[in-house]
Parts: sequence; C-alpha cells; structure tokens
Amino acid sequence: MPSFPKPKIPDSIVPPPLRKPGKPGAAGTRKGQAPSDLKAAPPERQSAGDKLLERGKDAPIDALGWVDQRMAASGFLTGMLYRKVPKGTNWFYTLGSATLFAFVVQAVTGVFLAMYYTPSATQAYASIAHINNDVPLGQFVHGMHKWGASVMVILIFLHMGRTFFFGAYKYPRELNWVIGVVLLILTMTMAFTGYLLPFDQRSFWASIVGININGTGPVIGPYLSDFLRAGPELGATTLARFYAIHMLLVPGAIIALIGAHMYLVVKLGTTAPPWIKAERPKGASPLAQLDAGANGNGNGRVNGNRVDGAPASGEGTNGAAS
Amino acid sequence: MQERAKPDPPGYFEGESMTRRRAFTVGAQALGGLAGAGIILPAVGFAVAPIFHRGKERWEAVGPVSDFVEDTYRQVVFTETEGIGDAGKTTAYVRKSSEELGEESGKFVAVSNRCAHLGCPVRFVEAAGNFICPCHGGVYDFQGKRIGGPPVRPLDQFQTRVRKGQVELGPRYSVTNQLEPVRARDPGEFTGGIWEYLYPPRPSTFPAP
Repeated sequence: MPSFPKPKIPDSIVPPPLRKPGKPGAAGTRKGQAPSDLKAAPPERQSAGDKLLERGKDAPIDALGWVDQRMAASGFLTGMLYRKVPKGTNWFYTLGSATLFAFVVQAVTGVFLAMYYTPSATQAYASIAHINNDVPLGQFVHGMHKWGASVMVILIFLHMGRTFFFGAYKYPRELNWVIGVVLLILTMTMAFTGYLLPFDQRSFWASIVGININGTGPVIGPYLSDFLRAGPELGATTLARFYAIHMLLVPGAIIALIGAHMYLVVKLGTTAPPWIKAERPKGASPLAQLDAGANGNGNGRVNGNRVDGAPASGEGTNGAAS
Repeated sequence: MQERAKPDPPGYFEGESMTRRRAFTVGAQALGGLAGAGIILPAVGFAVAPIFHRGKERWEAVGPVSDFVEDTYRQVVFTETEGIGDAGKTTAYVRKSSEELGEESGKFVAVSNRCAHLGCPVRFVEAAGNFICPCHGGVYDFQGKRIGGPPVRPLDQFQTRVRKGQVELGPRYSVTNQLEPVRARDPGEFTGGIWEYLYPPRPSTFPAP
C-alpha cells in the first residue's frame, strides 16, 4: 500500500506548548543540529523527485512565513485562535458566531443583489421581479437574503438571551453588553430599512406603519419621521434614503462594532455557565482570590480553565502572598 | 557665572503661557477639527434638509360639483406625492357639507382614508355610515370622528375649493377632536391642547386653513 505524506500543520500557527519536537533528520529540523548518530548511519540520499516534493510541501509554509515575517500577526492569531475557554462551555456559546455567520451571509448576498437592484420608486419592484424570475439563481440569492434577515434577528435575540441568563453581562463585560445592544438596534434598523426595498404592497404599507410608529415619539418623533421619509409623505427619495441607510450607513457601523465586540470577547475571555462552581485552592481566602483575579485581568487570559474571579491555584497563591 | 533660572513650569520659557509643543498640538487638533466639521456639517445638513423643506402646494380636480351629495361620500383617488407613480396616489372621501351636522353650507368635505392610528387605509362602509380600518379595528363616525379602536384623533381632511365647476382637493390638514383644523400631523400623533406642543407642527406641512 502506498504511503501518503501526512498533512503537516505549519509550526508558525501552532502555539509553542503544542508544537511537537522535530525528529532528527526529518524536514523542518533546525540546521546545524546534526544528531550524534548521523555520521554512523547517514540518512538515505533523496532522489530529485523527492526533493521537489519536499520543497513543494514546504511552499505554503514558506509563503506564510514570508507574510508573517512582515506582519508579525502569528502571535496575535495563535493567541486568539488557541485561547482557553472555561469549563462547561457548550453549544449555547456558538450563538454569537452563528449571528456573525448570518451577518456575513446577509453581506455577501446583499452585495450580489445590489448588482441587479434599482433603488428607484418606479423601477424597484420590476428589478426585484427581474431578480426573482429571470436572473439565474436570483430567487435563491434573494431568498437567502430575505429569510437570512429573519434568521439573523432570531439568532441575535437568542445570543442576547444566552448572555443574560448566563450572567455573562456582568463585570468586566458590561461594555460588551452595551455594544451588543447597539448591534441589536442596528440589526433591527437593517430589518426595517430592508423591508421597504422590494417596494410591493406589503413593504409599502409596513414601512408607512413603521415610520408612523417612529412619529409617535413626543417632540422629536414628527421630525424623525420627516427625516426618514425625506419629506412629509413617503416619496421617491424615501426609497433612495432607505437604500443608502440599508447598504452603506448601517453595515459600516455594524462591521466596526462587531470588531469591537469580538476584540472584547478575546481580550476578556468568556464566562463559565452559572452551574459550574468555582475551584479554589484549599485554605485560601475568597477575598484574596478575587483580588488576584482582578490582577489577572490585564494579561488577556482572564479565565483559562477556570471560573471568573477564581483564578488557577498558582496565580491565586501568588496574589495572596503579595 | 550667572545661573539660568529654571523654567517654571518645566518646559516653558519665561513669560510663556504655553509651550511651543503644546501650541502646535492644540493648533493641529483645531485645524483637524475644522476640516472634519467642514465635511460633516454639510453632509448632515444635506441629510436633514427635507425636514425644513415644504413642497409646492398642489390642487387637483376630482369631479364636477354635481357629483357630490350631503348624505354620503364619494371615493376619489388623486395624486398627493408626485414622481413615484401609483405609490404617490391617495384616496379621499368627498361630500357636500351638511347644515344638519353644523357645518358651513356650500362647502365640500374631503376626508382622508389614512387611519389616524398608524396610517392604514380606512374604508367608508355605507351600511354603517362609519369609516372602518382593516388593520387594528379603528372606527370613525360619518364626520371622521373616532368612535372606537386605537386611533388617537379624527381622520385627516384635505382642503377643498371649487374652480370652473370642479371640486379641487389641496393640501392635507389634521383636525382636533372638535374638528378644528390644525397643521397636518402624522398618524399616531394626538392633536389639540398640550399635544400641539408634544407633537409640534412640522415645517414640511402646509398651514391649516
């Protein structure tokens, strides 16, 4: 049976503790470190084809290395991708990533819909009909965008519910909760402004009702609805305005805030579910533990394999001693 | 050798209120702020301008005077917003004014079909003599006063006039619960009394008749 070369994970993306030591004589070992028995039993000379294969296998790693020498991003990436998560992390913790995925689907399908859509009051409906009826796979892409919008709204609420019921909004993650609430509002804005774009009976009347609900806010409500409509009645510029808000203004804000949201997730770490009990070393005072936990926040690994505020035993004893 | 006086605070020469470095920092930030404002302010003004813009007054003939009677409405469709085709059309129910109801004779009443709750289209039901909204069950009497459901005020009306034997409809206006005309409000906004301040009139609407 022919043996195939095993796929090798490049060293540059594996964190040092997980890296396997290179075998003597194998590709990838450092030069100038000849094993002691090399002279006694020299390795078999490689054929030209084997050498080419060897170089070919290294090519992607070399390319990665070339980029990383100039970006120095591997430290950050390994820190982010191999960060430790608390005990008890479960499927509920994927709701945030699921929401992000739904957003990416909306962004990608939205870009392709924009290639055929005409944001004009007289042509919008016809252009949507054209997408649905004539463009190959048009109905599919439009359908993904339409149903994906509902999926994203549902997922963002589930993600919010997870955060709330697991108590994951508490110190030091309040700012991330606030950013998340702004993202929720922006998502609802996307759902609202996107609804008008097909410009059929349903979107027309739904938008009128939505804008009028806006107007019921005292003092600034009437001006807010004038701003949304670009005038006293829903007109030609309303559609263009909703289109600009829907595909330029809000997506930019959402992308920026998702960046901030994820930065804080990586920086602060995630919380353990509430049913996981804190592990404390025997005899240590809980107050000293909290103190050490606060000290540990700065290093970017708030919770390795442990619950918030209850640091691993090593740090805990250090904190108590200081 | 004369000892030079140490600057106090450090970094300042005598008589200076600001170091050179600080002056440049403040100056550069001020210039940056000015440049930013020069871009942001016109852009924001551009976006909010429609709030302060009032379109041209528009009158449209909807039928000869003889078409309309006192005791029932006739449904007419006319263009309220130009440039967006059918979406800019709106429906009004028009009748002659009735002295029985305490209205000035010889005029015409044009009631908008826009529900005062959230803007759904209401329908005049001949048998009941009422306007009924299909969305959330708002009910209005023959004059357009609210008699049931969630609406917050009577139905809007349009200004009317007669030109060359034709009834013409003009700008929209809202009314209070006593049917006194006020400037047009959006659906969902109360009229009359303190509400005139809580839901202030918008510059984009026409003055009440």
